[in-house]
Amino acid sequence: MLRTFRIGGIHPPENKLSAGKKITAIAAPKQVIIPLSQHIGAPAQALVKKGDVVKVGTLLAKAGGFVSANIHSSVSGKVNKIDNALDTSGYRRPAIYIDVEGDEWEEGIDRSETLVKECNLSAKEIIDKIAEAGIVGMGGATFPTHVKLMPPPGNKAEIVIVNAVECEPYLTADHELMLEKGEQILVGVTLLMKAANVNKAVIGIENNKPDAIAHMTKLAAAYQGIEVMPLKVKYPQGGEKQLIDAVTARQVKSGALPISVGAIVQNVGTVYAVYEAVQKNKPLFERVVTVTGKAVKAPSNFLVRIGTPISTLIEAAGGIPENTGKIIGGGPMMGKALISAEVPVGKGSSGVLLMTKEESVRKPMHDCIRCAKCVSVCPMGLNPAFLMRSTVYQNWEMAEADHIQDCIECGSCSFTCPANRPLLDQIRVGKAKVMGIIRSRKSK
Amino acid sequence: MMENSLYVSPSPHIHGGDSISKNMYGVLIALIPAFLVSLYYFGLGALIVTLVSVVSCVLFEYLIQKFIMKKEPTITDGSAMLTGVLLAFNLPSNLPVWIIILGALFAIGVAKMSFGGLGNNIVNPALAGRVFLLISFPAQMTTWPLVDATAAFPLTYTDAETGATVLSLLNEGVKELPSYTSLLIGCHGGSLGEVSAVALLLGFAYMLWKKIITWHIPVTMIVTVFVFTGIMHLVNPEVYASPFLHILSGGLMLGAIFMATDYVTSPMTKKGMVIYAIGIGLLTSIIRLFGSYPEGVSFAILIMNLLTPLINMYVKPKHFGEK
Amino acid sequence: MILIAVISLGAIGIVGALLLYVASKKFEVHEDPRIGQVQAALPGANCGGCGYAGCAGFAGACVKAESLDGMLCPVGGAPVMAKIASILGKEATAAEPKVAVVRCNGTCQARPRTNMYDGVKSCTIASSLYGGETGCTFGCLGYGDCVKACNFDAIHINPETGIAEVDEEKCTACGACVKACPKGIIELRKKGPKSRRIYVCCVNKDKGAVARKACSNACIGCGKCAKECPFGAITVENNVAYIDYTKCRMCRKCVAVCPTGAIHELNFPPRKEQPAESKAPLAESKAQTETKLPTHQPEAAQETTSSIEVKEEIKK
Repeated sequence: MLRTFRIGGIHPPENKLSAGKKITAIAAPKQVIIPLSQHIGAPAQALVKKGDVVKVGTLLAKAGGFVSANIHSSVSGKVNKIDNALDTSGYRRPAIYIDVEGDEWEEGIDRSETLVKECNLSAKEIIDKIAEAGIVGMGGATFPTHVKLMPPPGNKAEIVIVNAVECEPYLTADHELMLEKGEQILVGVTLLMKAANVNKAVIGIENNKPDAIAHMTKLAAAYQGIEVMPLKVKYPQGGEKQLIDAVTARQVKSGALPISVGAIVQNVGTVYAVYEAVQKNKPLFERVVTVTGKAVKAPSNFLVRIGTPISTLIEAAGGIPENTGKIIGGGPMMGKALISAEVPVGKGSSGVLLMTKEESVRKPMHDCIRCAKCVSVCPMGLNPAFLMRSTVYQNWEMAEADHIQDCIECGSCSFTCPANRPLLDQIRVGKAKVMGIIRSRKSK
Repeated sequence: MMENSLYVSPSPHIHGGDSISKNMYGVLIALIPAFLVSLYYFGLGALIVTLVSVVSCVLFEYLIQKFIMKKEPTITDGSAMLTGVLLAFNLPSNLPVWIIILGALFAIGVAKMSFGGLGNNIVNPALAGRVFLLISFPAQMTTWPLVDATAAFPLTYTDAETGATVLSLLNEGVKELPSYTSLLIGCHGGSLGEVSAVALLLGFAYMLWKKIITWHIPVTMIVTVFVFTGIMHLVNPEVYASPFLHILSGGLMLGAIFMATDYVTSPMTKKGMVIYAIGIGLLTSIIRLFGSYPEGVSFAILIMNLLTPLINMYVKPKHFGEK
Repeated sequence: MILIAVISLGAIGIVGALLLYVASKKFEVHEDPRIGQVQAALPGANCGGCGYAGCAGFAGACVKAESLDGMLCPVGGAPVMAKIASILGKEATAAEPKVAVVRCNGTCQARPRTNMYDGVKSCTIASSLYGGETGCTFGCLGYGDCVKACNFDAIHINPETGIAEVDEEKCTACGACVKACPKGIIELRKKGPKSRRIYVCCVNKDKGAVARKACSNACIGCGKCAKECPFGAITVENNVAYIDYTKCRMCRKCVAVCPTGAIHELNFPPRKEQPAESKAPLAESKAQTETKLPTHQPEAAQETTSSIEVKEEIKK
C-alpha cells in the first residue's frame, strides 16, 4: 500500500503532455519586465533607477520586510523604467523594465556544469546565502524560503520533506528537473538538512512518475539520511499539510505551522535553486516552466529568465492555437487565469496552460442538492457547501466556527460539484473576510 | 485579435464532469431490475402505474416551473422522473389512475416545488406523496393484487384476487407466511418496487460502483432494524417475527437503498448519515412492532428527513488536524 | 363529574397564572421606555446607515448619548432627528443631506473590454481575482454588489453603460453600497442645493496615458481643473482629481476645462448664453484643450504621441 494523505482528495485527469520533454533554455527577449512582488509578503524595494546598467545576477531590489525576498536581474542591459506593469496578480503593480543588451553575467557566478558536493558553510551562512539569492517557494506559493528555515522559538525541525509530488495536472517541470538535475537536487537536500539541523529528509514523489522515482532512489543511495518515498496519486498531495500527513502521518493542527510537527517542506524546484545559490553563487533569476495544453503544438519544458513575457514561451512552443479561450499561469486546479499573454514569468510560475474555448467556459450552476460529494473530497475535512452558504449570507461567525480559514483553496470541491456550484469562488472571499476578522481581533 | 476573447475566472479551471442529471439517471438505471421484477409479477398494472406516475410528475414539474415559478424548466435533469418512479414503486399495481395523479401532484407540487424545487425540499417528495395517499385513501392503498408465481406479466386482475403484504399478515397475527425465497425474488403481495430484495440489492451494488451513494445509510439502517427486531424476537418469538423476515419484507430495502439515501433530505457527513440511518431503523422497528400501521419505513424516513437540518447543524465532518 | 373537571382545570389555570406572574416579575428586564418611543419614530429600515446595528441599536445609543451631536439617521434625515430630539429633550444638530455618488463613467463605449469574466457575478470575487474586464483596474465592474447591498432599491446597473447608477429620489445615503463596493468607487457627497452637484467621475490612479488608453472618459490627472478652480477645492493626487465638496461653490469652470469629460455636473439647468466677460476665457480654454488633446481621437496611443510632440514643440 502506497502512502497518501488521509482525508478527501480527488484524481483529476493527469494530462501530462509535456512529460519526457528535455528542458530547453529560451534566449532572453528584447525586454524583460521584472515585477517587484513575486513573493508573498512585502514588495521588494528597487535599488536601481532608470538608465542604470545591470548584469545577469545584479541585485535589482532588496527585500522590503522580514517576509519578503531580494530580486535579481535575469538579463544584462539597461534599466528602461520602473513603472506599473500587469503581472500574474491581474493588477498593475510596480516592475522594473530592462532593455536587454548582450548576456554578461556578474562575476562570481559559477556557470560550469560541474557538481559541487562539499559545503563548509555553517547553517546560518547557508540561510543567509538563500536569503541573499532571493529564493522563494517555487511550487507556486512563493513563500520566502529563508523564513521557512528559521523556525519561531520553541520549535525544532525534525525532518525536511521535499515536495516532488507535482499533483497538478499537465505540469511536468519538477518531474523533468529531477530526471536531469537529480544529483544537484540531492546536494541541495543535504544543504537544507544542514541549514535546518536535521538528519532526515524524505523526497515525496507521486507514483505516476516511476522513472523519476527509480532515478532518485538510485542516486539517493549515496547520500545519508535521504529517502525517496513513492506516494499514491491523489490531488492535492502537493499541499504542504497533505504532504506532511502522507509522509509522516502527522496532521498539522488548525492555524499551526508545519514546524509544529517538526516538518520543513520545500519544493523540488526550490531545492535546486538552493543548490545553485549556495554552491554556485547563482541567485534566483531563471526557472523551469512547463508550456502545455491540448491544442498546443509542442508542449515543452523551458528554462526561462524571470521577466520574460509568457507570449515568448508560447511562441517557442508553437504559437498560440487558433481557438485559445484561456491562458492559465500554473496548473488547471490552482493556477490563475491571465488577461494577457504579455504578463511576465515570475518566480512562482510553474507552468503556462492554454485551454481551448470549449474547455474554458463554465457550465451553468444549479441549486445545491446536498449530495455531500464536496464534503467527501475536501482534503481539510470541511463542508464546502455550508462554507459557501455562510459566505453568501455573510454569516462570518458560522464560517469561522466551521474552520473556513483552514481552506487551502485546492479546488477539489468545485471540481467535484455535480451542480457546478462555484464553491471555491465564494469560500475564498469568505476566508479572506474571516482571516481579516481574526487578525483584527488578535491585534486588539 | 485573441486578447479580447480570453476568459478569466477563478480556479479551478477544470471540472470533473459530474452533474445532477448523471446522478439522477444513475439512480434510475439502478431501479431497472426492480422495475422488471414488478412487470413480471404485476404485469400491465405495474406499467400503467409507473407510466402515469412518471408522466404526471414530469408534467407537474414543467407546468409549475414554467407558469408559477416563471423560470426555465429543468425537467431534463431526471429528478422529476426519479420522483415519479419512486412514487410508483410505493403504490399497489391496481391503484386507480386519478389517485396516482393526485399523489404526483402532492409530491411535486407540495413537497418539492413549494419549497423552491430540487435541492430546497425538506422531505423526500415521493415519500410525502405516498404517505399523503396512504392517509387519504387507506383502503385503496392497502389492497394488493394477489400474486401468482406462474403467471408472468398478467394483464388484468379480478377484484376477488386481492392479497395482503407479509407485514399486514403479521400485524393480523397470521402465521402462514411466504418463504424467504419468495421474499427474495419478489413473489408476494406488496407495492410495485418493494417486492424483490434481490433486484433492489442489484441496484444498490450498481449505485455503489458508480459512486452515486455510499454504503453508510442503507447498511446502517438495515443492520439497526435487524438488531432491534432480532432482540425482540429472542425475547418473545411467539409475538415478534424473525429479524430476517423484517429486513426482507415491506419497503425496508426500497426505503433503505433508494428513499433514505435521497441527497437532498439526508445528512452530509458520514457520521450524520449513520445517526440518521439508526434513527430510521429504530423508528421503523418501533412502528412495525408496536404501532397500528403494519409498515413504518415511510413514516420513519419522513421523520428523520425533518431532523436532517439539525443533524447537519451539529454533526460536522472531522476536520484536518483534529484528534 | 363536571365539578371535578371544572375544579381541576381551574386549579391548573391558577397555578399556571401564578408561575407566569412570578416569572415575569423575577426575569423582568428594565428598559428605558424612551428607547421604544425613539424606535417608533425611526423609519425601521434597519439599514445600519447610522453606524449602529439596526434601528433598535441606534435608538438605544440616542437615549444613552449626552447630546445628539454626530448622531444621524440618514434615512429619516432632519425631520426624524428633530422628532427624536423632542422625545429626549435634547438638541438636534442640523446635518446636511447626502447622497451616494458613483465615481465611474467608463461606459461600454468608453472602456473597451479586454477579456471576458466567467466567474460568479460578484464584484468582490472578481476584484479579488483581477483588475476587471477592461484595461481600467479601478472602475466599476458592474456585477452589482451595491445593488444587492441596497435596502431601498436606489441603485441599479444601467444595462447600456454597465455602470451602477443611483436613484437620487430613493437614496437615503445609508452607505451600504459604499461598504459593499470593493473598488471604493461610491462616495457619499453633499446633496447640494437643488440636488446640484459637481464631482470627478473617475478614480483611476494610473498615469494619464495608461488611464486614457483604458478608458476615454478617465481622469488623466492633468490638473487643469485644479488650476482653473477659483476656490482651491480641487486637488490632484495619484493622477486623479478630487473635488472637496465643502469648498466647491458650483461655478462649473472645471467641468468646462476637463479634456476627457471626467468631471460631471448634475441637475444644473442647461447652459444658457453666458455673460460676455466670462464666456471669452472659457471658449479660449476650450480651444486650447482641443488643440492639445484631441478628445475624440479613438487611438489613445496616437494621442499620447501627439501630446508629446506638443510638449517638444513648446520646448523648442
